[in-house]
Amino acid sequence: MTVRPRVIALIAALVVGAVAPLPGHAQRAPVILATTTSTQDSGLLDVLVPTFEKQTGYSVKTIAVGTGQSLALAGRGEADVALCHAPSLEKKYVADGKLLNRRLVMYNDFVIVGPAADPAQVKGTTAAAAMKRIAASGSPFVSRGDNSGTHQLEKMLWKLAGVEPNVGSYIESGQAMGATLGIADDRDAYTLTDRATLLAFQKRLRLPILVEGDKALLNVYSVLQVNPANGPRVNATGGKAFADFMIAPETQRVIKTFGVEKFGQPLFVPGAGTNEAEVGEKK
Amino acid sequence: MDLVLDGVRQALALLASGDAEIRAVLWLSLLVSSTATFVALLVGVPAGVVLALGRFPGRRLLISAVNAGMGLPPVVVGLFVSILLWRSGPLGALEILYTPAALIVAQAVIAWPIVTGITLAAVQNVPEAFRLQLKALGASRTQIAWVVLREARLPMLAAIMAGFGAVISEIGASLMVGGNIKGQTRTLTTAMVLETGKGNFDSAIALAVLLLVLIFLVNWGLTSVQQRRTP
Repeated sequence: MTVRPRVIALIAALVVGAVAPLPGHAQRAPVILATTTSTQDSGLLDVLVPTFEKQTGYSVKTIAVGTGQSLALAGRGEADVALCHAPSLEKKYVADGKLLNRRLVMYNDFVIVGPAADPAQVKGTTAAAAMKRIAASGSPFVSRGDNSGTHQLEKMLWKLAGVEPNVGSYIESGQAMGATLGIADDRDAYTLTDRATLLAFQKRLRLPILVEGDKALLNVYSVLQVNPANGPRVNATGGKAFADFMIAPETQRVIKTFGVEKFGQPLFVPGAGTNEAEVGEKK
Repeated sequence: MDLVLDGVRQALALLASGDAEIRAVLWLSLLVSSTATFVALLVGVPAGVVLALGRFPGRRLLISAVNAGMGLPPVVVGLFVSILLWRSGPLGALEILYTPAALIVAQAVIAWPIVTGITLAAVQNVPEAFRLQLKALGASRTQIAWVVLREARLPMLAAIMAGFGAVISEIGASLMVGGNIKGQTRTLTTAMVLETGKGNFDSAIALAVLLLVLIFLVNWGLTSVQQRRTP
């Protein structure tokens, strides 16, 4: 046990190294960004966040947890800015005064995928009609079941269709989109997915797109600032800086071409400055 | 199966290329988990010795709690440590949530009962007669504890291995208190979850191989220390 003092010294040095801030980091308070998994899983934030950090000197802590949890964290003041995709839920937070200045950043669309045999006959119908037929036929449907933006939209589509999901064939994965697609593929089930995640997983899936292009399937991403009154230590200026960055023209140009290299098509359409009604018209 | 082979190939390529991001992830995992294990030892070994040698009311209940704690679910630790470290939480002023320090806290909490439980068993395994003899020779209680601990040093290394093994492979707490932030709190396990979520199964497999190699190397080192003095 003669090595002990040396080992202790080494470990003490490691602790100090781990806790001390990295050299060269700006002294500005870090910005906590609460966001949905699709912005991170698609790789978009890996491109945008370092640019923002370089431009402003802020360091960003990206917490990718799904829209439901993101908004809840931001509403408690545990984050400084939120990038989400559940318009109706977001508007509720804005109406409550918890989140401020909701601004549209970009959009793409959701699609309904399902087994190629299409037992519920949904191909080419509208989203609402498809949900109705899936429920009526008793075909399995995999839901995220996690209060994410995708799950929010799914619940809205059931409402729009005026039906309840078929209890016996309704599967709740409780997982992110990629894992949910895997389950749907395995069970020959229908599911609702954002197009970006579907593209990322396409190689491993047999499920074709059956319903697309419906206005109800728009996937709108907005950035929201956190009301500093929500809790102690909210970095409101940092949050605003990130929100402003997301809608800046240079950022919007990056979004426009993001994904072309890897997937052969862009994953998002920049939409800063437009309102949701206009976005819907363009589709 | 070719997916796994591709993953292994990619792992070797990643290691050989010395990819900066992978190196940072490897280093952070090793640093956080070994520091957490060290903290758990600082707290857990004395606790284990006191529980093994002491006689006081409630001791049996505490031992049961420690033994149950050896199966403490990381996700439970993650949830409570997050709430403690939230800006609005009791320790919010520290502002360490989503930093390596938060990872160390959570992992130390996970490893602590494991270290205590194994220390307890190891010390109790030292024959009672030995302790009585020391007492007869006039040793103080601290001296007895120290000598008994020295006798139990081989199983103590098992405590280090078990504690380190539990925290380096842990995911639930690290995701919750660390946030899997690139370049800051991304460990081997949280990076694997992310790569799987992205559909990059080959990268996930490469990380899995690196994790297994790291665990093996650490345990190999500890085992060679452990076995050096045995006949």
